[in-house]
Amino acid sequence: MSTVAQKKGFLSVLWDYLTTVDHKKIAILYLISGGFFFLVGGIEAMIIRVQLAVPDNSFVSAGLYNELLTMHGTTMIFLAAMPLLFGFMNAVVPLQIGARDVAFPFLNSLGFWLFFFGGIFLNLSWFLGGAPDAGWTSYASLSLASEGHGIDFYVLGLQISGAGTLIAGINFLVTIINMRAPGMTYMRMPLFTWSSFVASALILFAFPPLTVGLFLMLFDRMFGAGFFDVSMGGNTIIWEHLFWIFGHPEVYILILPAFGIFSEIFATFSRKRLFGYAAMVFATVLIGFLGFMVWAHHMFTVGLGPTANAIFAVATMAIAVPTGVKIFNWMLTMWGGSIKFTTPMLYAVAFIPSFVAGGVTGVMLAAAAADYQYHDTYFVVAHFHYVIIGGVVLGLLAGTHFYWPKMFGTMLNETLGKITFWLFLIGFHGTFFIQHFLGLMGMPRRIWKFLPGQGLELPNLISTIGAFFMAVAVIVLLINIVITSVKNERVGNDPWGDGRTLEWAISSPPPFYNFKQLPLVRGLDPYWIEKMEGNTKMTPAEPIGDIHMPNNSFIPFVMSLGLFIAAFGAMYQVDWRASDGESFVWALPVLVIGMLITLGSMAVRSLKDDHGYHIHKEDLMEDEEGGRD
Amino acid sequence: MATQQSTSANPKVNYKYRRNKARQEMRTQVTSFALMIFLTLIAFIMVMAGFDKYFVLPVLLVLAAVQVVLQLYNFMHMSHKGHEGVALFLYTGVFIAFITILTFLTIVWW
Ligand code: HEM
Ligand SMILES: [Cu+2]
Repeated sequence: MSTVAQKKGFLSVLWDYLTTVDHKKIAILYLISGGFFFLVGGIEAMIIRVQLAVPDNSFVSAGLYNELLTMHGTTMIFLAAMPLLFGFMNAVVPLQIGARDVAFPFLNSLGFWLFFFGGIFLNLSWFLGGAPDAGWTSYASLSLASEGHGIDFYVLGLQISGAGTLIAGINFLVTIINMRAPGMTYMRMPLFTWSSFVASALILFAFPPLTVGLFLMLFDRMFGAGFFDVSMGGNTIIWEHLFWIFGHPEVYILILPAFGIFSEIFATFSRKRLFGYAAMVFATVLIGFLGFMVWAHHMFTVGLGPTANAIFAVATMAIAVPTGVKIFNWMLTMWGGSIKFTTPMLYAVAFIPSFVAGGVTGVMLAAAAADYQYHDTYFVVAHFHYVIIGGVVLGLLAGTHFYWPKMFGTMLNETLGKITFWLFLIGFHGTFFIQHFLGLMGMPRRIWKFLPGQGLELPNLISTIGAFFMAVAVIVLLINIVITSVKNERVGNDPWGDGRTLEWAISSPPPFYNFKQLPLVRGLDPYWIEKMEGNTKMTPAEPIGDIHMPNNSFIPFVMSLGLFIAAFGAMYQVDWRASDGESFVWALPVLVIGMLITLGSMAVRSLKDDHGYHIHKEDLMEDEEGGRD
Repeated sequence: MATQQSTSANPKVNYKYRRNKARQEMRTQVTSFALMIFLTLIAFIMVMAGFDKYFVLPVLLVLAAVQVVLQLYNFMHMSHKGHEGVALFLYTGVFIAFITILTFLTIVWW
């Protein structure tokens, strides 16, 4: 890639993105595809809310409702929230630790493409005979009985995208351990880096149980194994355990990076060092650790017995303690600061009461005896939307506004941003606050319709109206993005004016090699320290020298494409066998061809040395501001 | 991580020190190798001698655990400096696996 300004055609840009191994471009890929799936999941949610707007409605059929509900949850968690967080991790973490890229750029791209093809595969189920319909938790007794290929799409799609997530998580662990700039000790790492680190560790430990569970499910469904089938001596509860051993850490995988984004925002716009940094780090690690001891709180009503329920109830309530520590630290960060209410800061401030409400209902649910009443009602729906939207989604929206200039070099419009914020916040509370009461009144979750005359009409209608507010908010955000991109007013290094960490010390977007010279880190908030001493730039830690860069590669795309193709073969060979080889004769060959493509590209990657290239010192010296275009 | 490489620019400087170090290293490796063979022998003898099942099984598990630790620390260099991170992740993983298995044993299968 040349650093000289040049206009590129659409196809060459496309090819550039298909082959890129640059963390900043992979971040954009994650943002676009995560954003796309967010819209898909959002449309599914709107259809659900329309169906539930009035009693005894038949906007969608019962079967379609189950599919919508399942795909909404699965898409939002696996294909929207996680990839969007990975987008920010990719965009920001290497810059925050003063690195030129992640530790394994090739794997970074592979992780993205696996997620992408897994997500596409899962969503193709809509057009190929019906989507999965057993809930995002896909409990085995339901999913083994589900007809058609819906659940197979779920199992294979999540298996592929899960592999991508695992790869991405490991990549960030290695990056943060090994690639920190000189002077960037662990206790000087920005909190977003810390929380990404802990979230990656959770991915490392939480995804293998999911993989195992999905494999067992695959064998049950495709080859009639009886792992979860009670009539064959299996145990259907084991799926629930495997799923939640993954599932509870998963919710912390989502919330921790969002906590990180908010920590950066609080410190930046209070123009104050984060209060209680060490306590924040400790609380983050502790939350990550405790997150593994609590999964059975999703299974209180399964009948594990009073001892198990009591242990898991107490463990669950314990998580509220480090979470509380963080809440107080954020508030004390604002205390006495000179606060600037920018759009990201508005999101951050609104996040505190919203998330606390979700935490409080969490502790209520954690009281095992009381949970017999709440379980599987709209109360649980209200709880997890308060933590996930009030925590994760507000974090993602805040991050979008906060890091947009760093990723794209333009500022999103603040007025439109604030309109989005208010519409979204009002809509969110309007939709979900009332659901607490629906739950307490006894409305079960995951139902297709409710009957008139039970006092459920008005709350459900209010809830649907709230959902429309959120939809409008998202549309305003999209308009904002379009307007901003068309105007294309370029901004400098530190567009918010109050940047504290390393990413704000370089141009927006950064040059493709990030740092011409690795910066010397002299404390927490290194850029702020330099600014306070009157410097405009970081002190370099090395003389200008040649920079080693990885080559672009198309192999990750092909490798993932192979698995995508193979998954179709794996799924339809069931029909091939069922028809005694009469129809679907192509299934087995497709499976083999897909696997050959993947294995072949792995072989190419292993056998062909790719040493990358060097940017020479002379070119670096010429490239004064070092923009990409 | 290249923690075990000499940090000095001139490899001859610390020659004596490193030679000594290498000898010690060799000694621990040989001893633990012998120890591991010995432990394996015990395991086989125990099974062949036909002791009671409830005695053999736990002892076998303990012997296996000792072997893993020896392997990790003496052959895979976890005893060297710079492996604190690795150790942290390893033990966390072991702990989580232990909790999981314990739960399965206590509330799923019984
Ligand atoms: C103070 C911290 C928290 C506590 C004590 C807590 C407790 C609980 C309990 C006991 C349940 C099970 C309720 C039932 O099914 O009857 C539950 C469900 C759930 N929680 Fe939390 N929670 C907390 C934080 C979070 C966070 C931070 C997230 C996500 C970011 C989250 C996401 C969820 C989800 C998605 C479910 C529902 C899963 C399902 O059945 O589909 N929770 N929570
Ligand atoms: Cu949970």
